[in-house]
Amino acid sequence: MTTAHEPTIPPPRRLRPWNAVERRLARVGITGRMLVLIAPVLWLLVFFLVPLAVVFGISLATKQFGRPPYSALLSTEEGTVQLTLHLSNYIRLFTDNLYVAAYLSSIRIAAIATVITLLIGYPMAYAIARAPDRWRNILLMLVVLPFFTSFLLRVYALTGFMRGNGVINQFLGLFGIEPLVMMQTDFAVYVGIVYTYLPFMILPLYTTLVKLDTALFEASADLGARPARTFLSVTLPLSMPGIVAGSMLVFIPAIGEFVIPSLLGGPGTLMIGRVLWDEFFTNTNWPRAAAVAMAMLVVVVVPIMLLQRAQSAVVEK
Amino acid sequence: MRRGWFLPIAASLGFAFLYAPIVSLVIFSFNESKLVTVWSGFSTKWYGELFSDPQLLGAAWLSLQIAAISASIALVLGTLAAVALVRFRRFKGRTLFSGMVSAPLVMPDVITGLALLLLFVAMESTLGWPQGRGMLTIVIAHATFCTAYVCVVVQSRLSDFDRSLEEAAMDLGASPLRTFFDITLPIIAPALVSGWLLGFTLSLDDLVIASFVSGPGSSTLPMVIFSKVKLGVSPDVNALATIIIAIVALGVLAATILQLRARPKRARG
Amino acid sequence: MAKKPQLAIDTRPWRDPKAKPFVRIRNVTKKFGDVSAVHDVSLDIYKSELFCLLGGSGSGKSTLLRMLAGFETPTSGTIEIDGQDMTQVAPYNRPVNMMFQSYALFPHMNVEQNIAYGLKRDGLPKAEISARVAELLALVKLQDYGARKPHQLSGGQRQRVALARALAKRPKLLLLDEPLGALDKKLREETQFELVKIQETLGVTFIVVTHDQEEAMSLATRIGVMNQGEIAMIGEPTDIYEFPNSKFVANFIGSANMVEGVVTEDEPDHVRIRSDELGCDIHVGHGVDCAPDQILWWAIRPEKLHLSRDKPAGIHGANVTRGMVEDIGYLGDMSVYQVLLDSGMRLRVTQTNTVRGNPDAITWDEQVYVTWGDTSGSVLTV
Repeated sequence: MTTAHEPTIPPPRRLRPWNAVERRLARVGITGRMLVLIAPVLWLLVFFLVPLAVVFGISLATKQFGRPPYSALLSTEEGTVQLTLHLSNYIRLFTDNLYVAAYLSSIRIAAIATVITLLIGYPMAYAIARAPDRWRNILLMLVVLPFFTSFLLRVYALTGFMRGNGVINQFLGLFGIEPLVMMQTDFAVYVGIVYTYLPFMILPLYTTLVKLDTALFEASADLGARPARTFLSVTLPLSMPGIVAGSMLVFIPAIGEFVIPSLLGGPGTLMIGRVLWDEFFTNTNWPRAAAVAMAMLVVVVVPIMLLQRAQSAVVEK
Repeated sequence: MRRGWFLPIAASLGFAFLYAPIVSLVIFSFNESKLVTVWSGFSTKWYGELFSDPQLLGAAWLSLQIAAISASIALVLGTLAAVALVRFRRFKGRTLFSGMVSAPLVMPDVITGLALLLLFVAMESTLGWPQGRGMLTIVIAHATFCTAYVCVVVQSRLSDFDRSLEEAAMDLGASPLRTFFDITLPIIAPALVSGWLLGFTLSLDDLVIASFVSGPGSSTLPMVIFSKVKLGVSPDVNALATIIIAIVALGVLAATILQLRARPKRARG
Repeated sequence: MAKKPQLAIDTRPWRDPKAKPFVRIRNVTKKFGDVSAVHDVSLDIYKSELFCLLGGSGSGKSTLLRMLAGFETPTSGTIEIDGQDMTQVAPYNRPVNMMFQSYALFPHMNVEQNIAYGLKRDGLPKAEISARVAELLALVKLQDYGARKPHQLSGGQRQRVALARALAKRPKLLLLDEPLGALDKKLREETQFELVKIQETLGVTFIVVTHDQEEAMSLATRIGVMNQGEIAMIGEPTDIYEFPNSKFVANFIGSANMVEGVVTEDEPDHVRIRSDELGCDIHVGHGVDCAPDQILWWAIRPEKLHLSRDKPAGIHGANVTRGMVEDIGYLGDMSVYQVLLDSGMRLRVTQTNTVRGNPDAITWDEQVYVTWGDTSGSVLTV
């Protein structure tokens, strides 16, 4: 009784071209994986890793006139290959006050700006995460929207806002307050960094905060904790990965920032990105610029590692 | 939970901070006077001026082309990289590979720009390619950092992708490649679209890297804007900014609406 | 051994030593790193069987199923399907289809497209595909739902689409991974019988993975109980329940009272076991492969025990013990009594509630006698 109707013979299998191709490739040792990997690996090797090596190489050269404007590391003279490495660029970085000051001031400015961004971004992220469902997406969109409009134009918009006769001072003027000098100061640079990088802070914070179960807060309140206590002992520790990720996403690019200090900062605003730019474009000292870049890389390596750790924690549940 | 007054007020102030400069910029783009901050009457004359500036128009066209091409290259490379990272648990050099993919995300622009320029110069003197710098070198540079962004977007979509969907397709007789095109691609399509758009906007927005790797006669839109802005606030930049903001706002709005429409489906499916 | 109902041998090919198995799993081991998920499993499954792989999480049942589907390759051993070695064959070249636990319905295709997907991959002509799809929709009673997308279906409907899609290519072997796991209890019971009916009409061989023993008992022709990557027991549902071969199986399937004892008499027709835990001797009415003074275990199901207020006769002065009712769980159709013995051991006894609101029922703190038949329990040596 179990074999009421025997399954009919399976239908004929059409020859699948892909199978044949696959078999042929497998014969010469090429697997599907390699085909997937080859393009991105090659591209990134040639256009990401090799360039960094080139920067390192050129940082060991010296400036000279001609094209390209740096000395060759390898030279052949009468059949002998000579390798000439100049450490002078690095020595200058440590001995010339300009560079040391620029690094320190970049770190300081980026750190202060990051803290301010966190203080502004956290309540916003928290408010969005706790907002009713239908509002949440609209609010998130409002956060992302400025990020998609041009970075440069947003910095530009700030200049219109903070100039001597800008919107803020005109507004203050209505109350008879003397115009404030905001442009060309470190203050303007802080505002610029906070303003342009705020979405980078809010998004990872939102991602961790929205995952927190509201029952956690209710449990904490039920066990007798006041809202402030609950925030300090439950919300804050649990959103730590978001805080770290968001802070690093602001801090790292802020260190190397060029546009903001050059449009909003004054002549006294020393930032390393600007120093590198001037070294390259104004002084055309490519080897020195390369050395500055290598040193900058060293400064951001630890934050980058912190970021990667935090990001995997943000993504996990 | 009880809602306090602190969060809504903090959030409102935050949003005000985000939008006030943009709004004032838009308003003043319709200002009659050349003095950008003193209102003297409604006018659209700066928009007219904008469209009669051949340098600006040329730069805009170049930027759009570069953005489209580099976003497309990045789409392919980033998707492949994401597939490798999500699907191939173990392979030689995986750590290096994932580092190379994600590092451009946070690498300061000045370093990326300098590094690529030095590479191009070195390649030109040793290999004879690329000859000079211009659109090609900008495209390569932009495709490189956009790959990282596309990869992140696609990766997050792929990692919450139900693998059994692909297994089901293979079980029903589809080869791995066929499965990718029939099942994987249609399902991650929204992520691909947003990855491409992200790459496009980032490329369109880049000033620093392009400044390093561009050559004479290949100034992108941000480069032209920057040189104008350095000279001070100019009303035609206000007009240009307003147009860009309008386009982006419409785009993001459309994307959000599409997403909201698609959402009830995903919640149940 | 107790008598089993004598059914025609042709419906139970596993009892026929000459029958040729349809699926032969030979010494299959699967290691992930150093961990063996499946260890040296050999198993024969016959045509038109509905075989259940039953086990807890991490027992290796799903890995075994995925090796049959081709998603995992065995570290060693072979898998043969219908006489062909399938060990190294890719999933898309196997005459095997699978129904996934999550159903894995393609969200961007409607019901018809989902069902037709496998047929299209075989390059069948359009007309044939649509005829087959209609046939399958009728089979799973979803004729009016062909144009719907998966997210517009209820859980039960999705389950049926998944089944139809897996059956579309007329596979020789259908693998089902927790086919009823995502359904609620009521729907599960209905679907269970539906599934058996479809299997019987089509005559396809089913291999079902489940962690739900009730599901396995009611679906399967035979059950393979898996534990830590190995097969603990293979048998028909009644064998598994009534004649477990080990402590693990006795405990895993249903509930059992288990006591330790020492063999005092070992005769061909009966065995006597002394158990201090029970506080009495156990008389087993059949021969057991054991030696005098051997320590072994005796397991008995709660429903095989009887409670009484008066002391029953017992069998050869054994099979009666005494205790106090410590707790009663009323389940409606029956009640579960927890009886505390003098030794401190607790026995679980179930009694069917045949009388409505019985005022004379045994109640808390009563002294009772517990008794059982001489073939009711199982003697276990491992």
